[in-house]
Amino acid sequence: MLIFLGRRVLLAVPTLLGVALIVFLLMRAVPGDVVTNLVGLEGNVSTERMAELRRMFGLDLPVHQQFGQWLGAALQGDLGSSLRTGRPVMTDLLLRFPVTLQLTFWSLVIALAIALPLGVIAALHRGRWPDMLASLVALLGLSVPGFFLGILLILAFSLQLRWLPPAGYVPLAEDPLQNLRHMLLPALSLGLILAAATTRIVRSSLLETLHRDYVRTARAKGLREQTVTLRHALRTALIPVVTVVGLQFGQLLGGAVIIEQVFSLPGVGRFALEGINLRDYPVVQGAVLLIALAFVLVNLLVDVTYALIDPRVRYG
Amino acid sequence: MAEVAPAAARQARSEPGRGREVVTRLLRGVGGIGAVLVLVATAAALFAPWVAPYDPLVLAPADRLQGPSASHWLGTDQYGRDTLSRIVFGGRASLAVALASVGFALLVGGVLGALAGYYRGVADAVIMRITDVLLSFPAILLAIALLAFLGGGFVNLVLAIGIVYVGPFARVTRAAVMTVREEQFVEAARALGSRDLRILAGAVLPGAAAPLLVETTLRLAYAILAEASLSFLGLGTQPPAPSWGMMIAEGRRFLALAPWATVAPGLAIVVVVLAFNLLGDGLRDALDPRLRGRGSG
Repeated sequence: MLIFLGRRVLLAVPTLLGVALIVFLLMRAVPGDVVTNLVGLEGNVSTERMAELRRMFGLDLPVHQQFGQWLGAALQGDLGSSLRTGRPVMTDLLLRFPVTLQLTFWSLVIALAIALPLGVIAALHRGRWPDMLASLVALLGLSVPGFFLGILLILAFSLQLRWLPPAGYVPLAEDPLQNLRHMLLPALSLGLILAAATTRIVRSSLLETLHRDYVRTARAKGLREQTVTLRHALRTALIPVVTVVGLQFGQLLGGAVIIEQVFSLPGVGRFALEGINLRDYPVVQGAVLLIALAFVLVNLLVDVTYALIDPRVRYG
Repeated sequence: MAEVAPAAARQARSEPGRGREVVTRLLRGVGGIGAVLVLVATAAALFAPWVAPYDPLVLAPADRLQGPSASHWLGTDQYGRDTLSRIVFGGRASLAVALASVGFALLVGGVLGALAGYYRGVADAVIMRITDVLLSFPAILLAIALLAFLGGGFVNLVLAIGIVYVGPFARVTRAAVMTVREEQFVEAARALGSRDLRILAGAVLPGAAAPLLVETTLRLAYAILAEASLSFLGLGTQPPAPSWGMMIAEGRRFLALAPWATVAPGLAIVVVVLAFNLLGDGLRDALDPRLRGRGSG
């Protein structure tokens, strides 16, 4: 097991390097170069100032040295400073990351709370109307853009019913109840969509295990059907669900970028979008790097969990 | 040989009747509904100038934010432009971007996947590492980042959405090629001295056709969602050209006053994406009945 863990962690290293390289190259992909681009916005800037800016970005060095320097700094938590505010990007990211994490956490909770029962019901009634209905709802959920669902929720619960605020954020430490009220609609926008995909996985995974030998044995022992389903079949069926939910987490982080914009939540995604509008490249770079890193680490965690919960999986 | 050939190899041969069988099976299920809706949406996009009742760009300040009526079935936006006409033309933009980006991903991913699956070894390792890295970004985030740094426009939009799907297409092709490449008829072709390229094109790729067709249809659904999201953020199709995502972003400011300007384009996205999802699911079931009802997210 330890060998497996070690190998899996080592395997993540080239992926992380690749991710870092792409994020680094993004900055060089700007047509012209970053400095000309920025200066174009400001108007008259002296050649000396431009040279100074190029030095600041390290653009005067060969590319591989630039990457080395940037990576070295990034490893020490230095992602550069915002071109607009001058504040270190890392400081702002750390301030905003908890908001994004809260959003993704509640979305996951909502998704699982809906998908687990719905998927089980669909599998147990395979081919009959509860199954058809669940499958149709799930397919519908896969076809709705999160931002549109969010706006529909605002229309219904904020503008019509006036139950929940349409936008904004209150820190958890300040007022937990208000925090939750502000989180509910954004989390629903992401969670309902994730629930759709997860319901399909729970259903197909449970259908597969229900026909396994050990489930038949459990039934032959005379156990109640409910015990067989929940204790024996569902436990195994949940293993692929963990993997898929882990993969969906990446979608969740990506979706969070847009949902934060819809609900004016001050998370990492909105930070990145603000950076894009202001051409604040280090901010965009830092935010993208942080989200991609989080995604890779969650996938790593999922693989490890997979190995821990499934006794049949043996890694050499 | 015919008795031992598994599903993939059987699909490789275009037996007469098999195509018709697949179509019948597809049309009998909900896939049929998807197919019809996809056809309607495509026709509306192709013939947009004849379908749309108004010019989508003409401003009519006197008619701004009108509710649905006989003259404007889906109302008007804040500039008095006809919502229905803008939806029809917006669909044109969405479908064009989706087709081009998925086509790009199919081509690049398909070639990379075929090379990886056929030659294995170093090529396989390198190609799969690259797709791993691409798949390490949440899809929409990578597209947002690319557009932020490369700038907008049709080509960049297509690339930004397409690059994200290269990985999945490479994986599907690789898996299909690896199954087929060990088949007897491929070995036979190799023994007869056929060139690799010929074997790939003639025997191996047809085996990958069925899973690729399903993947393409489902990715089109994702691509339409991606285009809508990017346009919603202002990174996709640029104004004044209509696009569904942008219409929602603009209409949102008048949500309480004129909900139709937001809800109508949103429903257009849902219907078209649902159509592609139904068609993709239906195709998967029709091409491989053993997978019926399994559905993967």
